[in-house]
Amino acid sequence: MEILLASAVGILTACGIYLILRQRTFPVIIGLSLLSYAVNLFLFATGRLALNQPPILNKYADVPYTDPLPQALVLTAIVISFGMTAVVVMIALSSYLSARDDGINMTDKGGEDA
Amino acid sequence: MNHWIIAPIVLPAVVAPFIIMVMRFHRDLQRVFSVASVVALNIIALVLLSSAMDGTISVYELGNWPAPFGIILVLDRLSAMMVMLTTVLALAVVLYAIGSGWDTRGRHFHALFQFQLMGVLGAFLTGDAFNLFVFFEVLLIASYGLMIHGGGTTRLRAGVQYVVYNLLGSSLFLIALGTLYSVTGTLNMADLAVRVAELPVEDTALLRVGAVLLLLVFAIKAAVLPLHFWLPASYANAPMPVAALFAIMSKVGAYAILRMYTLVFGPGVAITDGLVGTWLLPAALLTLAAGSFGILGSRNLARLVAFGAITSMGTLLIAISLFTPQATAAALYYAIHSTFTAALLFLIADLVLERRGGALVPTPPMAQSGLIATLFFVGAIAMAGMPPLSGFVGKLLVMDAARASSQVWAIWAVILTTSLITILGLSRAGSILFWKPHDASMAPFPRPEDEEDAADKDPLLAPEPVPGLAFVPVFALIAALVALTVLAGPVMRYTEATAAQLFAPSDYIETVLQRPGS
Repeated sequence: MEILLASAVGILTACGIYLILRQRTFPVIIGLSLLSYAVNLFLFATGRLALNQPPILNKYADVPYTDPLPQALVLTAIVISFGMTAVVVMIALSSYLSARDDGINMTDKGGEDA
Repeated sequence: MNHWIIAPIVLPAVVAPFIIMVMRFHRDLQRVFSVASVVALNIIALVLLSSAMDGTISVYELGNWPAPFGIILVLDRLSAMMVMLTTVLALAVVLYAIGSGWDTRGRHFHALFQFQLMGVLGAFLTGDAFNLFVFFEVLLIASYGLMIHGGGTTRLRAGVQYVVYNLLGSSLFLIALGTLYSVTGTLNMADLAVRVAELPVEDTALLRVGAVLLLLVFAIKAAVLPLHFWLPASYANAPMPVAALFAIMSKVGAYAILRMYTLVFGPGVAITDGLVGTWLLPAALLTLAAGSFGILGSRNLARLVAFGAITSMGTLLIAISLFTPQATAAALYYAIHSTFTAALLFLIADLVLERRGGALVPTPPMAQSGLIATLFFVGAIAMAGMPPLSGFVGKLLVMDAARASSQVWAIWAVILTTSLITILGLSRAGSILFWKPHDASMAPFPRPEDEEDAADKDPLLAPEPVPGLAFVPVFALIAALVALTVLAGPVMRYTEATAAQLFAPSDYIETVLQRPGS
């Protein structure tokens, strides 16, 4: 399971970075989402992997438990990255509609002189 | 428990939705409430400063959960100083935005402004690393809105780059925090400091990775050289009053470096000893050099000032990267100075941009050319670090503190050479802007096209400046710089006490974790 999760994080990160380096905003946004999935999985794994265990301490019996804090962190991170993705989609869309071009570079004269 | 500590976060958090929901169609009410909120924040910051001045560290436990488990806010000298700096700057910026009519060129300026303040003030006050991430996101998401305020094609395209770059930075921040958590099992800064000091040296490769990743994230915020590419395009294309507010945002990165690498990975911690200073100092020197060449090479006033902001971050980070109490005290003094200076020059740039456009080519004389030329001259003196203003005192303090370093010659050479280049660049810009128009032999040059104001066609969004008010915050910032020069003694005593507090983190840790005398 460790192999599965680690390779999932690795592949998602690699694909995300590849897409972020593309020239158009749409693949870049997809790449950012992939990267945020990778980050969320990674955060989840920082509490160590445990199957079928409650995230609650039991003070009457010494039963195994899983760390609840990374789950809370991941929840926060998911909400934030979801909101951020929505914002970047809106900004990219209005930039596309305004410039009639969804390239991410500003190599035209607008980049240097505006 | 001192409830004042949470007031700087709660007040803008309440005012911003109130502005959106209750008075979204009342321009004047928005202005009144926004200014009232910033004035109240100034008063709160004064209260906080006076309570932190004697060296007391106060802790606010959110939801009354004790430290390693709950989220805490911590007020010490450094936080109080940064909060005060932010609120004073915010007052100047909000007055300028109203005076120049910038707040009416798009919707929701004041609400976004309040959210931005909430994020910045929260980042300065929090004592929890994950909470720091959350406040970074709050200030970033507000800054995305402010950055594209007023619309226009170039600004939107620059906005996309800015947002994408910062989203990458946020992902990196989360990875760094996850790495730290997986090694130490905590994200409370004081608790992190205790755990990191206890770890055996041979078992800390992962922790060092986390520390370096975290430094990268803060370096993105602080625009350190290999990671500074976002800053000129973003600041130069943002509305200028917003860029003036952003002067504090790069200081958030510097603050975070100072906080994490004195408290958690401090100079005394064996595992990360010398790790940060070794990398940060050359990067800061290069940042300063790149910024000054940018000033010399800019063909546009807004870009020139943005590169000026980069040079000031370079000088600031040189002082921080020495990690000695003396250098840190100098860095804090320079941080106050450079925030006001960058903001001042952005506001002056806006005065120029409104009258003749930002391109550095000769044009016919603009209105109020003499007054604006004088203001630009004062701002340029402050930016270049010439006497008599506080930039000179600040650079002198930084260079004096660098004498103890082994790289003193490199530091002195870079600071002095870049000061000269900065003076050259600023005088070139000033003479093109203000002297060339009076050259009688010059043929009239057509006014460069302004392509930005697409939003102005909407009659609801026609700018509504308040005549005369735009100059008040500019003069106020100059007055602040003069005051900083005249009162350099008391300010330095405060920053020296702050540095002493930062380099003796045991007080902080004991207060936060409530373990008296351990």
